[in-house]
Amino acid sequence: MTFTLPNPLALIAELTHRCPLHCVYCSNPLEMQSRANELPTEVWSRVFKEAAEAGVLQADFTGGEPLARTDIVDLIRAARAAGLYVNLITSGLPMEEAKLAALVEAGLDHIQLSFQGTRENTANEISGTKSHAHKLRVLEWVKRHRIALTLNFVIHRRNIDQLEEMVALAESSSATRIEFANVQYYGWAFANRENLLPTRQQVNDSVEFIKREQERLQGKIRIEFVVPDYYAKYPKPCMGGWGRKLLLITPSGDALPCHAAQVIPGLLFENVKDRSLREIWEHSAAFQKFRGEDWMQEPCRTCDRREQDFGGCRCQALLLAGDASATDPVCSLSPLHPKIDVILNEMSTAPPGQVVLKPAWLYRPNPV
Amino acid sequence: MTPDPNSRPRLAPGCRLGENNNQRVLLMPERALRLNGPSLEIVERCDGKHTVGQIVADLQKIYSKAASEKVEQDILGYLALLHDQRALDFDL
Repeated sequence: MTFTLPNPLALIAELTHRCPLHCVYCSNPLEMQSRANELPTEVWSRVFKEAAEAGVLQADFTGGEPLARTDIVDLIRAARAAGLYVNLITSGLPMEEAKLAALVEAGLDHIQLSFQGTRENTANEISGTKSHAHKLRVLEWVKRHRIALTLNFVIHRRNIDQLEEMVALAESSSATRIEFANVQYYGWAFANRENLLPTRQQVNDSVEFIKREQERLQGKIRIEFVVPDYYAKYPKPCMGGWGRKLLLITPSGDALPCHAAQVIPGLLFENVKDRSLREIWEHSAAFQKFRGEDWMQEPCRTCDRREQDFGGCRCQALLLAGDASATDPVCSLSPLHPKIDVILNEMSTAPPGQVVLKPAWLYRPNPV
Repeated sequence: MTPDPNSRPRLAPGCRLGENNNQRVLLMPERALRLNGPSLEIVERCDGKHTVGQIVADLQKIYSKAASEKVEQDILGYLALLHDQRALDFDL
């Protein structure tokens, strides 16, 4: 079957790997880029222009912590000037009210503020910093400056019982959107999986709760829910399909089809310092690798759902099946699915309410 | 919800009209809608000044060959959809 290449719709700009937080499920790679390797303002500005020309509508500024960039105001202005919608994905640290006003003035469209929970002690434990109280102050400033807001909660075993409090926090803020994103198990989260995976009962309860709240808050707050795919029947259509909608630029300028793509051996990534974004999108071997269906194995190759979920996540296939071209083992149709059941059965034996000792977390360090 | 004909819809915080390669789009947090023909005519009037009733009357004029009840129904449905997606607020 021939594959018609669509335009990319969103650019995920990982501006830096530096971050004041040390979250135990961070989506950054285990090997992080140092400040010295970060792209300068001019290169990012060119990338934003090239992105808009290639059809990109939205720029998601992320990191690390994007506010760690001293040129963040200039970067926002450059992305807006290129015609992009600018979304800042932030922990809220380091932020002062005057800084927020400057970001808004530069054309920031939307802020996605992350919370690690609603209770100071667990939130600080998960982020490895005292950050929760400051986030609450940021919430007030965001309201005062009337900037569109999404609250993001990464969900796991240790905070999944706080969903009700999380919704209440959102209702007391100016948020029009909540993102409940269950931890996805790559990188740091993969290393901390045994202390993060929720139980089946917790997942079932949360799904029901969120369905009720989506109805109750319809027209007021939009609730997005990212399911924990270890418990799903079918895999997630990771990134909307490999190289179909999104591209991610690392702090040093490598163009990746997804956050975790560097774990796949043998993929060569092009750098925006050497080639234009459109060239990379159209021709980069890494982007071509899992486009279309030719790379698929059974049961994906003949599956009715192959155009819905594209065989799931390539990085998860590598992590769990040892083969990036395999069916994502979280799929109930995968011959390796019993491996997931083994992992889940091991998890469910430890009641989450009875954790007395602090788990031996592997915290994400800060690159120099 | 059914929009009140006297209310004035306007784009919600974080939502704005944009353009990419000559295609008008409604930009929203984490999503975007391509706007063509009637959808563009409607969204351009969601400025906090036009009432729902005025938007309906305007589009009935522009699309005078279509049945006017059908035009009204389609507009109310589209406004409700945008509201549920948190793209619109209605001022009374």
